[in-house]
Amino acid sequence: MAAIKTFTDATFAAEIAASTVPLLVDFWAEWCGPCKQIAPILEEIAGETDGKLQIVKLNIDENPAAAQNAGITSIPTMNVYVGGKVVKQIIGAKPKQAMLAELAEFIQ
Amino acid sequence: MSTKENPAEIAIIGSGPAGYTAGVYAARAQLNPLLFEGAVTAGGALMNTTEVENFPGFETGIMGPQLMQQMRAQAERFGTEFVTDDVVYADLKSPIKHLKDDRGNEYFAKAVILAMGSGYRELGVPGEKELSGHGVSWCATCDGFFFRNQTIAVVGGGDSAVEEATFLTRFADKVYLIHRRDSLRASKIMQTRAEADPKIEFIWNTEVTEAVGKDGKLAELKTHNLVTGENSTLAVTGLFIAIGHDPRNELVKGQVDLDDAGYVLVKPGSTATNLPGVFACGDLVDHTYRQAITAAGTGCAAALDAERWISHN
Repeated sequence: MAAIKTFTDATFAAEIAASTVPLLVDFWAEWCGPCKQIAPILEEIAGETDGKLQIVKLNIDENPAAAQNAGITSIPTMNVYVGGKVVKQIIGAKPKQAMLAELAEFIQ
Repeated sequence: MSTKENPAEIAIIGSGPAGYTAGVYAARAQLNPLLFEGAVTAGGALMNTTEVENFPGFETGIMGPQLMQQMRAQAERFGTEFVTDDVVYADLKSPIKHLKDDRGNEYFAKAVILAMGSGYRELGVPGEKELSGHGVSWCATCDGFFFRNQTIAVVGGGDSAVEEATFLTRFADKVYLIHRRDSLRASKIMQTRAEADPKIEFIWNTEVTEAVGKDGKLAELKTHNLVTGENSTLAVTGLFIAIGHDPRNELVKGQVDLDDAGYVLVKPGSTATNLPGVFACGDLVDHTYRQAITAAGTGCAAALDAERWISHN
């Protein structure tokens, strides 16, 4: 299973600009129940994308600036970045098959 | 893994207080229950709450997610097997019940306990869906954080609305509590707390008719006063919807008998549905009490009913 990388305020902007594959950023926090429920699903998906989609996590408590700049007002929010821009936004925890359907364009 | 030839004794669908309690009882009865806890809903509605003050045995209260984690651990301790996925297909009419999960795995069981609970009710007004996650929310504990020093609104008049309003005062400068009637349904202690809170302002006899966005984010609500007939607007950046729940019956609709509101019907004084070997409990059957403790109580009853049914069949 691919390890899920962690982004921080310090690295966020550079990382999304530099990524050569679509990048899914999971904005989450420790106190958010649905965030904990989606976490294992994202881990599973991360292990199955063959490197076509990179999945990373950003803790919004520890990195408020990145979350604020991204305009996050609900978590979990999962933004997919391509070339540094948000091309897809998934709000709220969804079952694995629904997540795969949402992400189909990036992982097929 | 269960097969048609070698089915599980009991499958439990749902993981709130009803489902987990059924798991505790069925596991202690050595029935090796299979419990489908949901892909993203494991733990049920209490996972999105904060302090639970009225569950007996917790003198100083307990956090909702913590309570559910402990119930799960208790069910696990006696041998409940968990499937962290949703059931997407159920054939409950055959003598051996057949279930499929979202990943496509198949399961068979002699008896099934339905404990799917209820889901959030939507307002059904323009802007609600579009602004969901952009100011419109169903989960104060998840999203309250983002409304620091802002003016927001909660719509609803029950315990969950008042709890959310009170919780949101930790972050927001001002919380309007909008309710269709001129009094709350919430328990007295929560009402008293909300009324004493200087950050909460009640707006009575009023419906939200539209959520209006600006630059993709919620900016104001259109409201309608049901007594005076007056239409107004209210500038808010957050709207938390807590107007109640509807039973999650999609899986079993057309197989088990439901009442007019969609709740699963059970025989009086029992948890038995119209189908042999199928039992129902928790908020899925209860439009009256809807408490964690009453759900746990009927979850226990369903496990005992199912155990008796299995031993006689």
